[in-house]
Amino acid sequence: MITKENYKVNSKGYYGKFGGAYVPEMLLPNILELQENYLEITSRPSFKKEFDYLLKDYVGRPTPLYLAQRMSEKYQAQIFLKREDLCHTGAHKVNNTIGQILLAKALNKKKIIAETGAGQHGVATATVCALMGMECIIYMGAVDMVRQRPNVERMKILGAEIRAAESGSKTLKDATNEAMRHWINHPTDTHYIIGSVVGPHPYPDLVARFQSVISEEIKYQLNEQIGRDHPDMVIACVGGGSNAAGAFYHYLDRPEVQLIAAEAAGLGIDNKKSAATTFLGTEGVLHGSKTLLMQTADGQVTEPYSISAGLDYPGIGPIHAHLFDSGRAHFCAVTDEEAMHAGIDLSRLEGIIPAIETAHAISALDKIEVKDKVVVINVSGRGDKDLDTYITWGKY
Amino acid sequence: MNRIDEVFSKKKKGVLNIYFTAGYPKINDTLRIARTLEAAGVDIIEIGIPYSDPIADGPTIQDSSQKALDAGMSLKLLMRQLQDLRKHIKIPVILMGYINPVLQYGFTKFCQDCKEVGIDGVILPDLPMQEYAEMYQVTFEEYGIYNIFLMTPQTSEKRVLQINEASKGFIYMVSSASITGAKQEVSQAQIDYFERIQKMNLSVQRLIGFGISNKETFDNACQYASGAIIGSAFINQLNKDDSDEAITSFVGSIINP
Repeated sequence: MITKENYKVNSKGYYGKFGGAYVPEMLLPNILELQENYLEITSRPSFKKEFDYLLKDYVGRPTPLYLAQRMSEKYQAQIFLKREDLCHTGAHKVNNTIGQILLAKALNKKKIIAETGAGQHGVATATVCALMGMECIIYMGAVDMVRQRPNVERMKILGAEIRAAESGSKTLKDATNEAMRHWINHPTDTHYIIGSVVGPHPYPDLVARFQSVISEEIKYQLNEQIGRDHPDMVIACVGGGSNAAGAFYHYLDRPEVQLIAAEAAGLGIDNKKSAATTFLGTEGVLHGSKTLLMQTADGQVTEPYSISAGLDYPGIGPIHAHLFDSGRAHFCAVTDEEAMHAGIDLSRLEGIIPAIETAHAISALDKIEVKDKVVVINVSGRGDKDLDTYITWGKY
Repeated sequence: MNRIDEVFSKKKKGVLNIYFTAGYPKINDTLRIARTLEAAGVDIIEIGIPYSDPIADGPTIQDSSQKALDAGMSLKLLMRQLQDLRKHIKIPVILMGYINPVLQYGFTKFCQDCKEVGIDGVILPDLPMQEYAEMYQVTFEEYGIYNIFLMTPQTSEKRVLQINEASKGFIYMVSSASITGAKQEVSQAQIDYFERIQKMNLSVQRLIGFGISNKETFDNACQYASGAIIGSAFINQLNKDDSDEAITSFVGSIINP
């Protein structure tokens, strides 16, 4: 029997047993300020009006829901592509940064900080800061700065200050640590724009709500095209999980819709070089929330690996930990090699070069039974930023 | 009686709490440093459990944690190192760390082992009060381990009262909006904060920490609280010279008139 379960956040900031706000007292006033105000502010008509206006005229929403003919033939299914790759800045990330900068303004914050791994969230943050004329500091792992040089320059062109995270493994998790430390040191005038559905409550819910525009559009676009508002299946890739949270959001409580999350297996889940958190992770606390994370038996956070910098995170948003734990979503692990081939496949069949993150979601088509089903794949980002990776991989 | 309460029952002013990272500078230094600190006249010892992602800590403590981890330090090993703690050390010993390694160790087992080796209190900055009350308080109390809460200049008055209500032993009064190891002059805003809290006449003792680095900052903090906590400055001392003599003279430079 399917019991009616609520997959959204509860009043205490938890998704099942995951979530919460595990932050030091130094950060608590900021977190409480957000917890106490985010729902009220984001439901103000004036807020909604500006948010919708910017999503439409600045970001370019609604993004198309495109019936991928040749892909559908190949899999004998009806495959729709939700084109988040056509958003301004090249990925869904900007939906969240638009929302959060409006929230920051409503809270009277003067400065913005953010973390970034591959640079996509950093670029999306630097973009909205330029748009709003706000000071912007982006923390990025020193190792990632070398790997993602073009995005570093994009952020600089947009006027952001980039600070290298030199601590720990010098990647995304350390950039997140540094951003949190910065926030501790500047508690009153600064808003921290977290880029995924991770972090202490209310961030996972806040980000999921801003990204939920994705499934909101899918519902009416599908209705227009096939006369019903839901597919049989929604597929999205999951690193922290913001695009998946947005694509799943309005279907969470619709058991007739299967939710498929593609995680980055890196070199394979039996290999140490992987980022497939639901396969390799255990329960713990990371960046302020109880969730699944990759760690040693002693509770030290380990460094993940994926060819896709955007999926290269040792944890997963608490909403996804709960979707996994409750069995509501099906998780599959996609290796680097499988993802790269899927990326080429989409390029050749539909003329769309996807971000390598997105390519993981495409690859899920080979791992699950999709025949005769209506499937929506969230094309979270475009592949321009990954050209070097495609070239280095070379098998096309 | 918990050893922390004993200290405050005897000493109302000038309580010195010194922090160092377990397994630093060398993996087997934990007990040696604790013994040297006690012999030098420290009132409370705080031992850091190294963690890969210590978000409340500045570069000095981050660095010591990472080096200890690289050398093979873990909570399991720390508990082994502390097995004979109470044969050597009489003053209160507190463990400071982040919640994740404690959860992986097993929370109940952690409290059990703390009691067994003679740990008096625990500081877990990322364990919030709500979660503490709902999931952990009962176990802490069962084993007689004090959970020490923090307050900061941004903590609201209402919350300060809640913290006072929930606290045992002492309240860790963070001196300014900062991570550990931030160097600063004592500002008027800080003094206002210290005086504001002092006037609240809280029932629980307070120790001031963060930015306390020498006799001057220690003495100043002691005007507004029962004592103070030194962390990063002591780690810096260990980086310069970690001999017993150097540790003794560091402590002496703070407590000797």
